[in-house]
Amino acid sequence: MTPLAIVELYVFILAGFVGFKVITRVPPLLHTPLMSATNAISGISLVGSLVAAGSGQGLWSSVLGAIAVASATINVVGGFIITDRMLKMFRREPGQEKPARPRH
Amino acid sequence: MTTYLIEAAYLAASVLFILGLGSLTRPDTARRGMQQAAVGMLLAVVGTLLHHDIVRYDWIIGGLVVGTIIGIPLGLLVPMTAMPQRIAISHLFGALAATLVGVVEYHHDTGLGSAKMAALGFEVLFGALTVTGSFMAFAKLQELLPGRPITYRGQNAVNAVLFAAALGLFAWVIWHPSAGWAFFAIIGLALVIGVLMVLPIGGADMPVVVSLLNSYAGLASAATGFAIGNNLLIIAGALDGASGFLLSILMSKAMNRSFSNVLFGAFGAEVTAGAKSAAGLEVRSITHADAAMQLAYARFVVVVPGYGMAVAQAQHQVRELATLIEHKGGEVRFAIHPVAGRMPGHMNVLLAEAEIPYDKLYDMDEINAEFGRADVALVIGANDVVNPAARNDKASPIYGMPILNVDHAKSVMVLKRGMSPGFAGIENELFYQDKTVMLFGDAKSSLTRLVAEIKSLD
Repeated sequence: MTPLAIVELYVFILAGFVGFKVITRVPPLLHTPLMSATNAISGISLVGSLVAAGSGQGLWSSVLGAIAVASATINVVGGFIITDRMLKMFRREPGQEKPARPRH
Repeated sequence: MTTYLIEAAYLAASVLFILGLGSLTRPDTARRGMQQAAVGMLLAVVGTLLHHDIVRYDWIIGGLVVGTIIGIPLGLLVPMTAMPQRIAISHLFGALAATLVGVVEYHHDTGLGSAKMAALGFEVLFGALTVTGSFMAFAKLQELLPGRPITYRGQNAVNAVLFAAALGLFAWVIWHPSAGWAFFAIIGLALVIGVLMVLPIGGADMPVVVSLLNSYAGLASAATGFAIGNNLLIIAGALDGASGFLLSILMSKAMNRSFSNVLFGAFGAEVTAGAKSAAGLEVRSITHADAAMQLAYARFVVVVPGYGMAVAQAQHQVRELATLIEHKGGEVRFAIHPVAGRMPGHMNVLLAEAEIPYDKLYDMDEINAEFGRADVALVIGANDVVNPAARNDKASPIYGMPILNVDHAKSVMVLKRGMSPGFAGIENELFYQDKTVMLFGDAKSSLTRLVAEIKSLD
């Protein structure tokens, strides 16, 4: 293993821990928006797809890359829109300034 | 200079993603947090377009345009009742992108080292099986395929052999990165494994499977990051993988079943011998007018929604009924079991769509102690999650599963299509108890009639 790969492994493990810690605190109330949010975020493979589609390494690479760009874009665009649509619906009872009870 | 700009954009995006997920711990901060995450995504994309490896933009623009055209309606138009299949199909897109990037990367990188090859192999293995697995989950949820488990003799053995073969090929390409046949054979095998893996899994187990596929799609993205040396992909993939994994554990726990039992157990395939049968017992059915009377004068009503409410798309009628009861001076709360519906949090989203304030939505642990003082527990299209057999019948296949204590309420009213048993194929003794009344029919039309009856009481 190269030193770079080891650094990448550190990044992966630590990000996984952060994810675990943060997501444990998401209440069941918001589990569906959580799924669509992580979906939108995983559309980040768009970053890799863009390079594959644009590096001009032959027709096949471009075609496959373009399909990858389209798929990832569907998740990014559709994912963020639908997450926002869902979160917009979660409303507190009108007139209540503070949450009625703590959410865990 | 450009490199630093790109890295800065990636770093900002990583931070915004984590903050965005963190904002989901509270409903009132969530929306803004996710909008910030979207800005992070935009930064990352713009940064990437400056990358020196990108020499032409025609294919990129084509892909972005097509993706946007498909993505906007998938975001704006899909109804909330269809969220489970919508989420399942998006796992397919994410995994497809990761797999294709892996293929392109393999295609034009000669002289691959073993470490990079391992990342690529992992990427296409998990990517490809998530592609077909998600499609199968989508097809089952959309009812293009039967929701019941599809099983045959030796199923687990066949799957194990295929998976072992894929792992063998994986090891082979790590030692021999130039063996293109093995690389593509992994993809082929993984596509088949994805189909076979989801075949034996039934509808009610879908929350676990959808979460697990979420995790796999994330891991495939992270592997892409390892393969092309991109930390942002590694971070986003790890977040996604952790989230999906955590949700699938929570869902399995809520059913009191192990992971492997969900994946290999083909739950609900047959009625397990030993479970109590209902022979000779009678249920009490009730008229809409009587039910309306009972609800109108109840002081405290706990509504228990289940998949049946989603199928009937009855959430708006539920809200109407709740508002009426509140007008009459009663209190209404909603009790939500973690695995009610077909995906984590499914019921919450439907009730929020019907403009029921989230203060009234209670998790199982919060509400279970309250059933004792409920005048009426109104069960709408839920079955196994309220079956007392989970508490007191050791022979029952769902014994030990945490349930909503509906049977502790002073009276129970069950809205149900007919007397068919629930998904697990077991009888529900709750329906035969003295304090339980049944209101048969489609949930939506039953609720509409209840609302009309209560209104006519004035």
